[in-house]
Amino acid sequence: MLIGRRYFFRRAAATAGAILPVLLFAGLAFAQVEGRPTPGGLGLPATVTDVGAETQFFYNVILLPVISFIGLFVLGLLAYVCWRFSENANPVPSKLTHHTGLEIAWTLVPVLILVFIAVPSFRLLAHQVEIPEAAVTIKVTGNQWYWSFAYPEDQGGGFSFDQFMKTDAELKEGDIRLLSVDNEAVVPVGEVIKLQVVASDVIHSYTIPAFTIRIDAVPGRLNETWFKAEKEGVFYGQCSKICGKDHAFMPTAIRVVSKEKYAEWLVEAKKKFAKLDDGRVKLAADVEQR
Amino acid sequence: MDAISTAEAGAHHGHPTGLRRYLFSTNHKDIGTLYLILAVVGGLIGFLMSMAIRAELAHPGIQVFPGLAALLQGTDPTSIDAGKNLYNVFITAHGVLMIFFFVMPALMGGFANWFVPIMIGAPDMAFPRLNNISFWLLAAALVLLVLSAFAEGAPGSLGFGGGWVFYPPLSSNTGHPGPAMDYVILSLHLAGASSILGSINFITTIFNMRAPGMTLHKMPLFAWGMLVTAFLLVLTLPVLAGAITMLLTDRNFGTTFYDPSGGGDPILFQHLFWFFGHPEVYVLILPAFGIISHIVSTFSKKPVFGYLGMAYAMVSIGFLGCIVWAHHMYTVGLSLNAQRYFVFATMVIAVPTGIKVFSWIATMWGGSISFRAPMIWAIGFIFVFTLGGVTGVVLANASIDRQLHETYYVVAHFHYTMSLGAVFGIFAAFYYWFPKMTGYMYSETLAKAHFVLLFVGINLVFFPQHFLGLAGMPRRYIDYPDAFALWNYWSSVGASIAAVSVLLFFYTVAEAFWRKRAAGANPWGVGATTLEWTLSSPPPFHQFEVLPRISGSGHQ
Repeated sequence: MLIGRRYFFRRAAATAGAILPVLLFAGLAFAQVEGRPTPGGLGLPATVTDVGAETQFFYNVILLPVISFIGLFVLGLLAYVCWRFSENANPVPSKLTHHTGLEIAWTLVPVLILVFIAVPSFRLLAHQVEIPEAAVTIKVTGNQWYWSFAYPEDQGGGFSFDQFMKTDAELKEGDIRLLSVDNEAVVPVGEVIKLQVVASDVIHSYTIPAFTIRIDAVPGRLNETWFKAEKEGVFYGQCSKICGKDHAFMPTAIRVVSKEKYAEWLVEAKKKFAKLDDGRVKLAADVEQR
Repeated sequence: MDAISTAEAGAHHGHPTGLRRYLFSTNHKDIGTLYLILAVVGGLIGFLMSMAIRAELAHPGIQVFPGLAALLQGTDPTSIDAGKNLYNVFITAHGVLMIFFFVMPALMGGFANWFVPIMIGAPDMAFPRLNNISFWLLAAALVLLVLSAFAEGAPGSLGFGGGWVFYPPLSSNTGHPGPAMDYVILSLHLAGASSILGSINFITTIFNMRAPGMTLHKMPLFAWGMLVTAFLLVLTLPVLAGAITMLLTDRNFGTTFYDPSGGGDPILFQHLFWFFGHPEVYVLILPAFGIISHIVSTFSKKPVFGYLGMAYAMVSIGFLGCIVWAHHMYTVGLSLNAQRYFVFATMVIAVPTGIKVFSWIATMWGGSISFRAPMIWAIGFIFVFTLGGVTGVVLANASIDRQLHETYYVVAHFHYTMSLGAVFGIFAAFYYWFPKMTGYMYSETLAKAHFVLLFVGINLVFFPQHFLGLAGMPRRYIDYPDAFALWNYWSSVGASIAAVSVLLFFYTVAEAFWRKRAAGANPWGVGATTLEWTLSSPPPFHQFEVLPRISGSGHQ
């Protein structure tokens, strides 16, 4: 056995606790902290962008009910057929092998369902991909195995820094194992942020679930994505394209702050990261900026 | 004169035995058996790897793999890095093994070799010697793949750990400069050549060797499934071969097809890979579609409902499967219009797939269903494949895939279609044809217990992974934030149940050989109407010395 017995029961209790709310509020999000995964979570994480809200609406209100219905419908049909047409219930099989009306119906109805899904899907897709006028542009570079951020000079930046995962030894009170990083990237709340994403070695993928963004970091290609966070907080993500040994250990974190705080941070960061222009120096010691 | 000497040769043609029979075999049934044995070996290695993966992921932290790396690769048992590397090697090899060395050899090499010639009334495959080399190329490919785990890959580590998709630059000299990746490339070349040769053999056999009177529109659906599968392989495997050959020259001869510093593009590889890779998933499932149709029809004692719709649904799935590859690449930076096209094309596949599911149910409707073991597996297949199908509709939407790509939602989706779908198809076929292949009947009770255990276990493995994916847990991670612990734990509990079911399977097979209950030519009764049930069990070494003649208009 892979699993100890005591742990099994403790987990069983925890699972019952996690499943019950779902039975009561199926499909609804329940209390959770934005930006980080909810323990035992069953659905999409809380989002803080308009596009994220639209994405969640599309999944929770359109896709999930449709696929649940189809799954249950097929299950129900199978159960009915097994009960009604078992050897005992129906000893003489019919020879029916064609029913044109039925065959047209089960071709057309799925087409209609797909059209019903496609309309909001295409609208949402355009909202995700078309980038509005951005207030802040940040260049993000994926490296084995950390992220680098560059804030352009003409937007009050002119510095760059590396973002490493905090090792177990570096974790402090309130940090999250495998998610907390040494240097959080900071952005202002309520502004359109454009990320330009590249990689220096192999392919990585930049992801923040709470912003509904995921864009591959590819060497030799400048990819773009955007978000507009409507709430302050720290938002975590993890590299989403296998990139070698420490693929699971290059999380990223973006801290969303008020515009005033952002202006202050720019000034501080300029001083702090001025000496890091040459890139690959990790200053785990002087990361405290909260 | 020629006719006489041929007849003489036939008369003197004794049955080879022992090594000569199997090593040099040109008999489609013997080669089919060899393929099935290879599938058991490949599947078992892949399965043990997945058990190690689930054991590692049962709890947060890194527990299993450093020790495993010490055991298998002789690394320092305290080296966490060796464990992380071996984990990546395992997830890579698990994928490659299950696709190329379990599902394909079981369905195409094993069952199709055994039964396509018989079902179409042919004495053997069109090119028996080609059939032999197809098998031995695959065996050699398996050896190369296993060897790669013991060659240097990433600097200072053994084996290739870049995922079964082999994306450069991780698979080029940037990520894995050592020879492990070269072994993998050569292994895939051999496996690809094996599949292309096998496919040529199937196409030729199906087009030219059907019994008199068996038109294409009277051909059993398993043969239809294999025909479409063979075409998919012939059309797309050369593209993969080209893609990995360019990778090989990038790695060894200084070309820069995928290296931006030399004018290349890593995304080119992804397009070429998925041009093969997406049809490949239909290669894995279409033969199972055909098998399920036969089983459902046999045990409902009714002909297949909507035969032509079923056949052409497979053809259209095959065609559509070739034009949707970039839905695996929504996040690489495709243009909005490209994403729109791939969303649209991908969603269309749901239509022929729906036709198949509803036609299976309509075949059962009005039938007189006997719930023998193969039928139970087939009903299980229909249900789990539907679940895998509907999450496929979710992921077809680029807008949702943005949230779910490379998370466990994708893992759950494709395991529902493959690990539950294709695997249930394999077991359904196994229990359906085992009496025909061996002449022995297995224990019905054991076969059903096997189903119940695997159904419960594997659903428990993969259903909670939907929750993990929605919550954002990325795939190919050896360790995860503690918030994901709950469902990972239950997934691992399911894995241990599935492990028991695998033991039970081997016991079921052993028990059948030990008890030697005679199966008879047709253990399934009036519903079993395809040609294999007209032969003895096991069939004669050479069947149909007088070709059967197909008459009437009934579809199989």
